[in-house]
Amino acid sequence: MFTYTIRRLMFAVPTLLVISFVIFALLDLAPNDPLGDLPLTIPPEVREQIRASMGLDQPFLIRYLLWLKQFFINEPLNIFEQMTGITVGDGERMRVLSWATRSPVVDLIVQRMPQTLWVVGMAYLFGVLIAIPVGVISAYRQYSIFDQIGTFVTMVGYSVPTFFTGVVLIVIFSSYLQWFPSIYDTNLVVNDWSSFVQQVKQMVLPVTVLALYNASQIARFVRASMLDNLSQDYVRTARAKGVKEKAVLLVHVLRNSLIPVVTVIALGVPTIFSGAIITEQIFRVNGLGQLLITAVQGADIPLVQTLTFIFAVLIVLFNLIADVLYGILDPRIRYD
Amino acid sequence: MRSVLATALTILSLSTAPAWAARATDGEAKILFWQAVSSMNPYLSGGSKEVYAASIVIEPLAGFDENGKMFPRLAADIPTLENGGVSADRLSVTWKVKDGLKWSDGSDVTAEDVAFTWRYCTAPGGGCAQRAKFDGVAKVEAVDRLTVKITFDKPTSYVYGPFVGALSPIIQMAQFKDCIGEKAQQCTAANFAPIGTGPFVVKDFKANDVVSFIANQHYRDPAKPAFATLTLKGGGDAAAAARAVLETGEFDFAWNTVIEPEVMDLMLKAGKGRVASAFSTTVERIHLNPFAVDPSLGAKRSTREAGPHPSLSDPAVRRALSLAIDRDILVEAGYGAGGKATCNVIPSPDDFASNGVDWCLKQDIPGANKLLDEAGWEMGGDGIRAKNGVRLAYLFQTSTNSVRQGTQQLVKDWWKEIGVETELRNVPATVYFGSDPASPDTYKKFYADIEMYASGFETTDPAKFLADFRCDKIPSPNDGWQGGNVARFCDPAYDTLIGDLNNASGRAERAVIIKKLNDMLVNSGYVLPIVNRGEPSTIANTLVDAKINPWDTQLWNVENWKRGR
Repeated sequence: MFTYTIRRLMFAVPTLLVISFVIFALLDLAPNDPLGDLPLTIPPEVREQIRASMGLDQPFLIRYLLWLKQFFINEPLNIFEQMTGITVGDGERMRVLSWATRSPVVDLIVQRMPQTLWVVGMAYLFGVLIAIPVGVISAYRQYSIFDQIGTFVTMVGYSVPTFFTGVVLIVIFSSYLQWFPSIYDTNLVVNDWSSFVQQVKQMVLPVTVLALYNASQIARFVRASMLDNLSQDYVRTARAKGVKEKAVLLVHVLRNSLIPVVTVIALGVPTIFSGAIITEQIFRVNGLGQLLITAVQGADIPLVQTLTFIFAVLIVLFNLIADVLYGILDPRIRYD
Repeated sequence: MRSVLATALTILSLSTAPAWAARATDGEAKILFWQAVSSMNPYLSGGSKEVYAASIVIEPLAGFDENGKMFPRLAADIPTLENGGVSADRLSVTWKVKDGLKWSDGSDVTAEDVAFTWRYCTAPGGGCAQRAKFDGVAKVEAVDRLTVKITFDKPTSYVYGPFVGALSPIIQMAQFKDCIGEKAQQCTAANFAPIGTGPFVVKDFKANDVVSFIANQHYRDPAKPAFATLTLKGGGDAAAAARAVLETGEFDFAWNTVIEPEVMDLMLKAGKGRVASAFSTTVERIHLNPFAVDPSLGAKRSTREAGPHPSLSDPAVRRALSLAIDRDILVEAGYGAGGKATCNVIPSPDDFASNGVDWCLKQDIPGANKLLDEAGWEMGGDGIRAKNGVRLAYLFQTSTNSVRQGTQQLVKDWWKEIGVETELRNVPATVYFGSDPASPDTYKKFYADIEMYASGFETTDPAKFLADFRCDKIPSPNDGWQGGNVARFCDPAYDTLIGDLNNASGRAERAVIIKKLNDMLVNSGYVLPIVNRGEPSTIANTLVDAKINPWDTQLWNVENWKRGR
């Protein structure tokens, strides 16, 4: 198992390099211009100087290598310096700078990360917590009223896009009932009970929208996987031995059913970090998804490149984690 | 904790001074820019949103009021020929900084700061977005502690370019001294929170999200600003921004709320605020390409080498296309209070606006048809006119924007009535206005028969803007498609007149020449002005003294804002 993990990790390095190159090339080929939004009163010679200050006067390959150096050498060194207080060299090195804000991309990401983790992560957690019981009961009482309703709700939750459910919830709960705010206050500091209540209130709508979507997806998996296992011979054997129904269901069937579900959940984790782009935009949560979309719109290529690459790293990493977990959970699978 | 302190301060100051004349007594004002602010340094980020946001904190020597009149900000007074501030040979201008003026950190503002600002923006490698403000400036030097002298490299008729208006504010030398040239990009802390002289100080800056300000304790007027804190939030869209002011009342001021007039009317019914439009010099224009654009011409497309356009080179066709447009309906449908029908390329200031081309203001479809009939363009069986095998069929492009697409559709219908076929096309703004010489879709390449966009000029003097219509400014592969003459207008008489404009110094004399230039452009028929666009802002009724200003930043008098009682 260990050598397998090491082998996979080694293999991930060239994969990620290729991915980073493809992202860089795609972004470079796109006709978006970071200066396209500037007022037309700024003359072309000045635009040329601005482009030069962004490093755009360099050829494609040089810019790519520079980004590699900034991202893989300068940024980790910077993090190391901040954590330990030790200065490496003269401490002066070019970091990956966003074109729109002229500030280090990594700082922007660090600033946006907590909101995404709270809102999207919470939604994912709730989604899983709701999905497992719903899936289990739906499968155990197949074709019952609960299963019918559960199937209907999860199908709707899965197929209706979040930009629709989000707006519907805003209309009902913000405009009509006025229970929850529609705009996420990004300056809110939680330091007492009332600000905590306010924080919870502003998280309710975005978390609900995303939790519904996540829960629907995972509940379908749990149900299908449970159904597969319920008809297996070992279940009949367990019942014939006189094992209690509760133990049959929760110990034998559920454990075996969760093997594929865990994979699905693990593979879904990177989507937390990519932020629910649409949902964050609707509720104006200043998370990573919103950061990415404003960067795309403004052709802020270093920011798009870095964010997309980090997502690529996470996806590769969680694929590996899912595979390893599979091996741990299912004794029939051995990689070595 | 801060808010408790602020409240305590508020109560304290309320009890000691009359409410109308005390600093920081009116609590919080909330501003919404639906395009979020990315930086507080207008020299590194040339977008209007950044320039406006920065104007809360850093100020120029002089600014413009809502009537376009110059008034001193950091300067003691405006230098003129009469008071000797402008040298008789018009080679230099001398400004005096107000005595006793302090930065928000308590240090003195000196002439050195002004000179430094010039060095900062002109340093090579800095990529200063406002570099053009210092064109023609040979040097800026501090003569003594409070006197700064700007020397031009040739006699200059308009000397109020540098350090006037929100585009070239003074930055503090102490804060930016290590941020010259290539290092400018790396001074994130300074770029996000410049030390200024304005009524507010940056307390917290979240890029592309929200900026929090507090009142500047060292502001030159001890009774201002009335608000203790100011929040500038970003994100969402124009309609949601207008709603936040007009319907929910969550915000006091929303900038650039360009939305469909009927939606706006509905929101205004709630009675919580108003819309005010600042009409400056921005004009939505249609350009007719004088050059052939057939794709078979390859690299020569849309350049002089391609030869004249087969049908648009006929003046009758150009005039007919202009006459067929009902500009009032375009305003009514797409702009509402945010637009005025115009036939001028230079619509303001008032004394520069010509009324010699008003023939185009009234739609005249029979007249347009008659013109085309007389010119020999005969109606074909398909309802499209043609002459010698050339059909009046055009590709009409603009940027992606719902108002522009609405305008395109209306214009297409009118042109259909005079036997002209139009194919519509729209390109995302970052591509259309981009400067990638490899992209075939930029407005400068103009690979279409007809295109539409808006532009105007900053400050109150259009000399530079008009000079862009010279023959030698036509974009072509030779200059990397960078030239400013996107319309590809070319008239030697016009070029001569531009020379005269640069030598004219009296305002009346300039006005005569400017009007003549404007009429030449419009009467050529290649440039069709349509709408003078305003910059609409939505203002809550409870916010007092927020005045719209077309000549400077929309937040030009934020120090005077107060809460209505």
